[in-house]
Amino acid sequence: MSDNTKALVDPLVDNNPITLQVLGICSALAVTSNLATALIMCLALTAVTAFSNVGISMIRNHIPGSIRIIVQMTIIASLVIVVDQLLKAFAYDVSKQLSVFVGLIITNCIVMGRAEAFAMKNPPGASFMDGIGNGLGYSIILIAVGVIRELFGSGSLLGIQILEKVNDGGWYVPNGMLLLPPSAFFIIGLLIWGVRTWKRDQVEARDFKIKRLQESEVH
Amino acid sequence: MEHYISLFVKAVFIENLALSFFLGMCTFLAVSKKVETALGLGISVMVVQLLTVPANNLIYTYLLKAGALTWAGYPEVDLSFLGLISYIGVIAAMVQILEMTLDKYFPALYDALGIFLPLITVNCAIMGGSLFMVERDYDLAESVTYGVGSGFGWALAITLMAGVREKLKYSDVPDGLEGLGITFITAGLMAMAFMGFSGIQL
Repeated sequence: MSDNTKALVDPLVDNNPITLQVLGICSALAVTSNLATALIMCLALTAVTAFSNVGISMIRNHIPGSIRIIVQMTIIASLVIVVDQLLKAFAYDVSKQLSVFVGLIITNCIVMGRAEAFAMKNPPGASFMDGIGNGLGYSIILIAVGVIRELFGSGSLLGIQILEKVNDGGWYVPNGMLLLPPSAFFIIGLLIWGVRTWKRDQVEARDFKIKRLQESEVH
Repeated sequence: MEHYISLFVKAVFIENLALSFFLGMCTFLAVSKKVETALGLGISVMVVQLLTVPANNLIYTYLLKAGALTWAGYPEVDLSFLGLISYIGVIAAMVQILEMTLDKYFPALYDALGIFLPLITVNCAIMGGSLFMVERDYDLAESVTYGVGSGFGWALAITLMAGVREKLKYSDVPDGLEGLGITFITAGLMAMAFMGFSGIQL
């Protein structure tokens, strides 16, 4: 696999920003109660990560180490302002639903984390791929959570009714808890469990070992 | 007075930044392994929140809001699109100033909190506090109350979480769920408990 493809594919499962690197959790939890907002958020974040990576990578040799955080912040914040204004102009309803979370892309650890860990050390092309890859890794989790929450919470996907709700004469009793904030924690927790059962090497080491007692030691 | 008390209680419990808006989750999950460090971080978040929310409120009211520049003779200018970049600038600067002040005048406190301060710049709870302040149109006194309240709520949540995790590390969790997975599920249960406050009308 060439370096660029690796930068693109690696963050999807093997090095996923949410389930392994624990970055960008805030928005993953907050915007997933329906699929449409989750999709818009994924697009916005992927675009910002990719372009901030390119921008920072281009000037990486000119940034003095002591003020690099501020420089990165400025680039990221400008990009987020562009995204925010675009959303307000073309998708006003969605931008109202996302409320503060578009602005919070600035402090989304994925963007900062990739800028710091990858773009500062690599050329623009590879950084762009890395940005897209991490954006997609984030999107996979967001879309999975969004689908589960909307489908079982309100029986629809993207606003189209899939499971007929009891109230409308169908058979499906919607699970109201999935629309409430705590359910996002459970779904992501279980997703992490799933991913780590599949990829055994991501399992975290324990601080304490449970020692099994021998039959003779019990008494 | 009653108005401010109810705003405070609302910011701490009903609209808890960590558990009902999921802000500052990255640090919330990463730094909640020990009660002491969690408490230190919680207190620094509270202090920074107390300073930045009112500061951003002043900037928004007197510089950015539509018509805010009337005092300078430009009544038709609307700079609110510059909001995001100004707030993050203020937050980064405030954190830096706080760090230097603590280093000079309160070295003991600086040693205790020092490592967390740079982390706070990228903590979404701080930025989120300022954005909620703008979205809800708080005035200066309200934004001071909201800053303290939301910071306190976040500190409370992370300290509670650390308490649970300190006990949890002795338990026998399935392999794949160890660490991050079980932390998420614990946080979910805590968020559910905090939802119990949501029915309270103030």
